[in-house]
Amino acid sequence: MDSHVIATQPVHDAHEAHAHAPYLRHHFETVEQQREASSFGMWLFLLTEIMFFGGLFTAYLIYRNWYYPAFVVGSHQLSIVLGTINTAVLICSSFTMAMGVYSAEMKRRKALVGWLLATIILGGVFLGIKADEYHEKWEKHHVPGLNFSVQDFTHPTDAEPALPLDMAQKTQVYFSLYFAMTGMHALHMVIGISILLVLVVKAWGGAYTAGHMTTIENFGLYWHFVDIVWIFLFPLLYLISRHQ
Amino acid sequence: MSQIMHKKVARRSKIFTTDHRSIGINYLLLSLVAVAIGTILSLFMRIHIIAPGWKIPFWGVVPPEGYLALVTMHGTLMVFFVLTTAPVSGFGSLILPTQIGARRMAFPLLNALSFWLTTLSLAVLLAAFFVIGGAPISGWTNYPPLSAIAAAGPGQAAGMDLWLVSIGVFCLASILGAVNQLTTIIAKRCQGMMLMRMPLTVWSWLVTAILILFAFSILLAAVVLLFSDRHLATSFFIPSGEVINGLAIDPHANGSPMLWLHLFWFFGHPEVYIAILPAMGLTSSLLANFTRKPVFGYRFMVTTTLLIGFFGLLVWGHHMFVSGMNPYAGTAFALTTMAIAIPSSGKVLGWLAMLWRGRDSRVHPLPTPMLFTLGFLSFFIAGGLTGPILAQPVLDAYLHNTYFVVAHFHLIMAMAGVFSLFAAVYYWFPLLTGRLMNERLGKWHFWLSLIGAYGTFFPMHFAGLAGLPRHYAQLTGSTSTLASFLPLQTGITHTAFLLAGAQLLFLINLFWSAHRGQSAGNNPWLATTLEWAAPAEGCIVRRGPYEYGFHRNLPDFIPQCAEDPEQE
Repeated sequence: MDSHVIATQPVHDAHEAHAHAPYLRHHFETVEQQREASSFGMWLFLLTEIMFFGGLFTAYLIYRNWYYPAFVVGSHQLSIVLGTINTAVLICSSFTMAMGVYSAEMKRRKALVGWLLATIILGGVFLGIKADEYHEKWEKHHVPGLNFSVQDFTHPTDAEPALPLDMAQKTQVYFSLYFAMTGMHALHMVIGISILLVLVVKAWGGAYTAGHMTTIENFGLYWHFVDIVWIFLFPLLYLISRHQ
Repeated sequence: MSQIMHKKVARRSKIFTTDHRSIGINYLLLSLVAVAIGTILSLFMRIHIIAPGWKIPFWGVVPPEGYLALVTMHGTLMVFFVLTTAPVSGFGSLILPTQIGARRMAFPLLNALSFWLTTLSLAVLLAAFFVIGGAPISGWTNYPPLSAIAAAGPGQAAGMDLWLVSIGVFCLASILGAVNQLTTIIAKRCQGMMLMRMPLTVWSWLVTAILILFAFSILLAAVVLLFSDRHLATSFFIPSGEVINGLAIDPHANGSPMLWLHLFWFFGHPEVYIAILPAMGLTSSLLANFTRKPVFGYRFMVTTTLLIGFFGLLVWGHHMFVSGMNPYAGTAFALTTMAIAIPSSGKVLGWLAMLWRGRDSRVHPLPTPMLFTLGFLSFFIAGGLTGPILAQPVLDAYLHNTYFVVAHFHLIMAMAGVFSLFAAVYYWFPLLTGRLMNERLGKWHFWLSLIGAYGTFFPMHFAGLAGLPRHYAQLTGSTSTLASFLPLQTGITHTAFLLAGAQLLFLINLFWSAHRGQSAGNNPWLATTLEWAAPAEGCIVRRGPYEYGFHRNLPDFIPQCAEDPEQE
């Protein structure tokens, strides 16, 4: 292992010019070190997030193998149109977020605020469509535990094949996973939007366009991560196993 | 006297702090509280086994479910708040930054937040004793469906909810702490502290932090799913057709407890290494120091640490041999479990080689930290030898629910871990107080603990081999076939009291030495690593961490940051 090339602390006086930067926390030697530390910490945090969602994906994998027919009819209940719109909305929000990071880099304060606001709006649109989907599940009695009914699966009204009662009940597992996974994802969106609101106020005050933009960068990482989780959720829940 | 008063005032201001030293001490004090409570609970259990009619003062006779509550809370306290909190968070905050020449952690505020979350978690857990129904009774592993259904027993309602909240918060605290430690190690090493110059303790914390990142986030997911099973009417873990206490549970439940087992043990097994890896790093360091010889095979020790961390993530299924898992999976997990014995025994052989090589140069007489390190080694070997036995699905089928497993993990995880914690406290005490701990008391503490520990846990092997199941609240009464175990269990209870009593010597030693102990000077153990020898500012590391015994005429050690001697 060539440990020489791996980060060791830079010498003091090489970066004398930055020594009094207002955003340098006093326990860091240099701005570079602080930036490196916080973005590395953010990546580690995202790793734990991957593991957290990994636990949910494991549950999905196991039950999908066990109750495949139930997962097929369950996913038929989801609207591919709404899912696709939401995917597009999220990808756009990742673009606006990336543009926000770029604006911070270019030190354009108003552009940064504008892109962040656009990200908030797109995040809100996503949550709105998601809420509409949840509401539809409620009306169709597909919310496990609260008002679940197997009627749609034992006596389907459309061309779907009817499931035997015991397999029809396994659709509850599908919808439990649907709500747990999209719910945890939505929670991450809500947290992200709350942080964005703070960032917008601070960005308006010029906090991130004076050379120190680690916070914006790290939040960008978080936002893209949440986006990527959806990129996995969308095919798993909406697209695959639609055909027997 | 006025100095002590001054110290007390200073101490108070150190409670709400972001200073890594104070946070480390706070963590250790938290662990001390947890270990005291956990020990008392275990003594209640030991008494209950041989005298089920005994009334605990202010509590009364313990019912069989109460015994299970004691088991659950003892296990949870010890595993999470002692064996994880003390070596990883406690000494990790206290020692880690100074050993790599950093003035502070990478994120000091986050470190304080982790500590307060851990404190909150402990408070929530202990609150479970005082709610209706009392503490949960499904063991520290809390397998569903018992843990998923409030009607499954006293303590499975509010008590179980508190357990879940407590462990969820603990997961958050551990994850944030691990992010902090890993970032500190990668980004905040001082100049010249290359990876291959880090003390082996730091390598251990590095691998431990990685394991925490992987393991605790999965536990958090499992806890969230179980909580949603209990309160949001999902059924991830509840199987269909379940009947508990004569009540048919939701007939539409379609989950499987096996999912919980997989998620839990994916956390639970790395957790064992999270608890023991810092002890391994400390053992290498202390053996080098007290034999005055370099570590035997520094690169080898680093490699085995990494391998143990890697394999530690792949062996969780060996906890599930008897749970109805696919036998092919069992075979695979048996193989990985045997594989992890290779780096582990490699380490042990390395330590034995160090002892052999240092037999002439070692410090005479052996100081207390060295004794406890040898104690760790002894328990690690004694407990480790039963590991490959339990790794066989065939043998495990017989032994799994017996005292044999209790003996195994108490020797290799609990006693080895705790002895190494004692070694750490005796070794680093001068850093905190400027004083050495009392050697005479320390030696009594060591020998009584060693006898007490082996006397308590070694006979459990025999009980297990003879088929005594664990988690049984009593041996007499309707289960009279077990009455023949009563003499053995009585003996175990007596040595358990010896073991617990010996810890009073430790407490006395702590408080006495903090005020009256022999003054230690800057570097009482003539150690090379930075926590003893670093200058206040601008430390530059010039060499590896274990430069002992090279110069017969000069002082026989060179601190990591010392100027180069002329002959180099």
